Amino acid sequence: MDAFKTWLDRSGLASIAILAVLLLVVFPLAMDSFRLNLVGKYLSYGFVAVGLVMLWGYGGVLSLGQGVFFGLGGYAMAMFLKLEASDPQSTAIQSTPGIPDFMDWNQLTALPLWWEPFNSFGFTLFAVVAVPVLLAFIIGYAMFKRRVGGVYFAIITQAVALILTVLIIGQQGYTGGVNGMTDLRTLLGWDIRSDEAKTVLYFVTAALLLASVLLCRWVQLSKLGTLLLAMRDKEDRVRFSGYDVSMFKVFAFCLAAALSAIGGAMFTLQVGFMSPTLIGIVPSIEMVIFAAVGGRMSLVGAVYGALLVNFGKTYFSETFPDLWLFLMAALFIGVVMAFPNGLAGLYESHVKPWLARRKGAAAKAGEPPAGTPGEAGQQASAPASSSPAASHSTQAVAADGGLGIGTKVSSQSA
Amino acid sequence: MSDQHLPSSPRRKFMLGAAALPLALAMSRIGHAAALPTAQVNTTGLAVTDTEVVVGQLHSATGTMAISETGSIQAEQLAIDQINAMGGILGRKIRVIKEDGASDWPTFAEKSRKLLVNDKVATVFGCWTSASRKAVLPIFEKENGLLYYPTFYEGLEQSKNVIYTGQEATQQILYGLDWAKQEKSAKTFFLIGSDYIWPRTSMKIARKHVEAFQGGKIVGEEYYPLGHTNFNSLINKIKIAKPDCIFAAVVGGSNVAFYKQLKAAGITGARQFLLTLSVTEDEMLGVGGENFAGFYSSMKYFQSLDNANNKAFVEAFKKAYGPKAVIGDVTQAAYLGPWLWKAAVEKAGSFDVDKVVAASPGIELPTAPEGYVKIHENHHLYSKARIAEGQPDGSFKVVAESPELMVPDPFPKGYQ
Repeated sequence: MDAFKTWLDRSGLASIAILAVLLLVVFPLAMDSFRLNLVGKYLSYGFVAVGLVMLWGYGGVLSLGQGVFFGLGGYAMAMFLKLEASDPQSTAIQSTPGIPDFMDWNQLTALPLWWEPFNSFGFTLFAVVAVPVLLAFIIGYAMFKRRVGGVYFAIITQAVALILTVLIIGQQGYTGGVNGMTDLRTLLGWDIRSDEAKTVLYFVTAALLLASVLLCRWVQLSKLGTLLLAMRDKEDRVRFSGYDVSMFKVFAFCLAAALSAIGGAMFTLQVGFMSPTLIGIVPSIEMVIFAAVGGRMSLVGAVYGALLVNFGKTYFSETFPDLWLFLMAALFIGVVMAFPNGLAGLYESHVKPWLARRKGAAAKAGEPPAGTPGEAGQQASAPASSSPAASHSTQAVAADGGLGIGTKVSSQSA
Repeated sequence: MSDQHLPSSPRRKFMLGAAALPLALAMSRIGHAAALPTAQVNTTGLAVTDTEVVVGQLHSATGTMAISETGSIQAEQLAIDQINAMGGILGRKIRVIKEDGASDWPTFAEKSRKLLVNDKVATVFGCWTSASRKAVLPIFEKENGLLYYPTFYEGLEQSKNVIYTGQEATQQILYGLDWAKQEKSAKTFFLIGSDYIWPRTSMKIARKHVEAFQGGKIVGEEYYPLGHTNFNSLINKIKIAKPDCIFAAVVGGSNVAFYKQLKAAGITGARQFLLTLSVTEDEMLGVGGENFAGFYSSMKYFQSLDNANNKAFVEAFKKAYGPKAVIGDVTQAAYLGPWLWKAAVEKAGSFDVDKVVAASPGIELPTAPEGYVKIHENHHLYSKARIAEGQPDGSFKVVAESPELMVPDPFPKGYQ
């Protein structure tokens, strides 16, 4: 039983289960349809934050351009929905009925060829993930193979975000320009604007997000996750051990891109439109803030971060429409100054020891403190431990020829 | 107002009228709230009580658009304060819930849903850019809300749930071009715009009008991204093309760079005829009177307009927001929103959106600062077009006014 508890604690499944209960039971019961839809929107940002935990927290690669992938996923979904909303009957007022309204305004007289595949829902689902992953692969491969990293990589990702925004705004006949793609109505004939549809979409989003968190947790606990950490802390040592460091980074970048894209597609479905304001530099940096507030080492923390920041945005702007930007700034500065590891860091450093002390006080009747959850970093550095993470870090130690990176590998529970 | 409930037979009308007269006098002293119970004026669950009606206001108070939208926020608030001072609407005071769209289109969508679904507001005054209107439009149509939209815009839209108090493209463009041809003998035009839907659509209409109806010629057509600030290559093209008229729809911060660089290149009002669709008193603050002096702007309203309505409006606005406050075209159009809504609600005798919408066409507002406006079947306003010349002190001198009200035509035939 204690072994099970230890496993549960180390694998992070307990915290994921709490999140699942919160998302799937508590929120739907406690909120009306409007608020639940808002939470659904926040959760779609949660995908990006979870991706950033893998890329930035574990991979040590900071990307300030995650909005690109969020946007590409969202636009792919929006293109499908826009085509469905642009049937000849409802666009009869246009010069060319049957094409999206913004094409008509821009004097296009036929659907561009590259739009045609988006008539198919299957292709759209494929494109939502494939297009961003392909772009991430190309950028990642080109950069990481040349050992471009750190600040330079962050700046390049920002540039990509800017380029994509300019491209979309400039090619308004094909993309809708500044206005974006608006007035999306149905998905395969199902009205996505109704309250029931929004509730269903909320559950789909929450389920997908939980599945993403589990997937990422699985990656973290695997050898790959340990290697990512090792790479983050001492890249050269991993490289000298014979690993192709750049491809691990490409993998992390592609994974983060795929998650962001799923978030973007769910955003489009729930909000009903997509626009370049969600792609640019500012939203991309905001997405990094979600992960930072939640704690960049913690998958579950990232979700809470996205929820908290966006909830704050909504709450402050509704309550103090003139002051809310200052309050948001205070929140960011406060979080970074007071707990640089975010909410999850706060939990690890304050709540957990406090819980442990209370538990210890309650169980001081001689029982050995087997269940005492110490700092996760200590667990990873304790070679005698039998937890998966620790055993992998010992493998990393072995693989690295006893250079001792294992002691530097630190991991936190999800 | 209560006349419409009376039966139509003349004899009965007289008898009932005579009987109702003292009653009506008594009621007017109590106020309309007693006469019109909430259950009667609000059958769709809007936020209306016996003493209060809640409306929403949705503009960008922060972000890049705040500088443009602040005027609209102030004008709407002024109109609402004035209406409340007069006793409100159907005996109910207006309470405003203000939301910030933050110059961000998804935020506009979120806030409009909040206003309609959570707050159940009776109407919303809001939006400025086309992008924000496009973002909220599906929500207003789905939730059957009512939006008063103040900005002059590209047209190509007509929604049951929106009253457009600004001009659609043809109302702003056609008179200006005709005036340019007659008064300035302009035959060649150089079209310049920021690259988004409003300038693109406006220039499409301008090109059709010049080429097909005026026998003139377009000698250049250029678009620049929003926020673009380097117009040197454009100025060279203008110098080569030597157009009779530069026809411009450059917006936002680009305006400042555009007119400063024109002046630096020697293209000034004294030597070149320029007509713009996008410089109001608000933009003039940034551009500077010395850079725009002698150029012309085509709008429906200018602060210097000489009529009694406008004088009272300007005075009230400056009293509320300081002597330095300026009033542009959109600010005035925003001011019309609450008044048009009041007139429609009183005509309908109800706050229900469907009834207000049904009552709206034909509503007249002879007290409008711009003179007189009337709501067309297509939810746009009949209004006059005016041309004014920029003065070195940053004000505008009105030099021409369309003799008739311009009929709104959001889907102009022959211009598509």
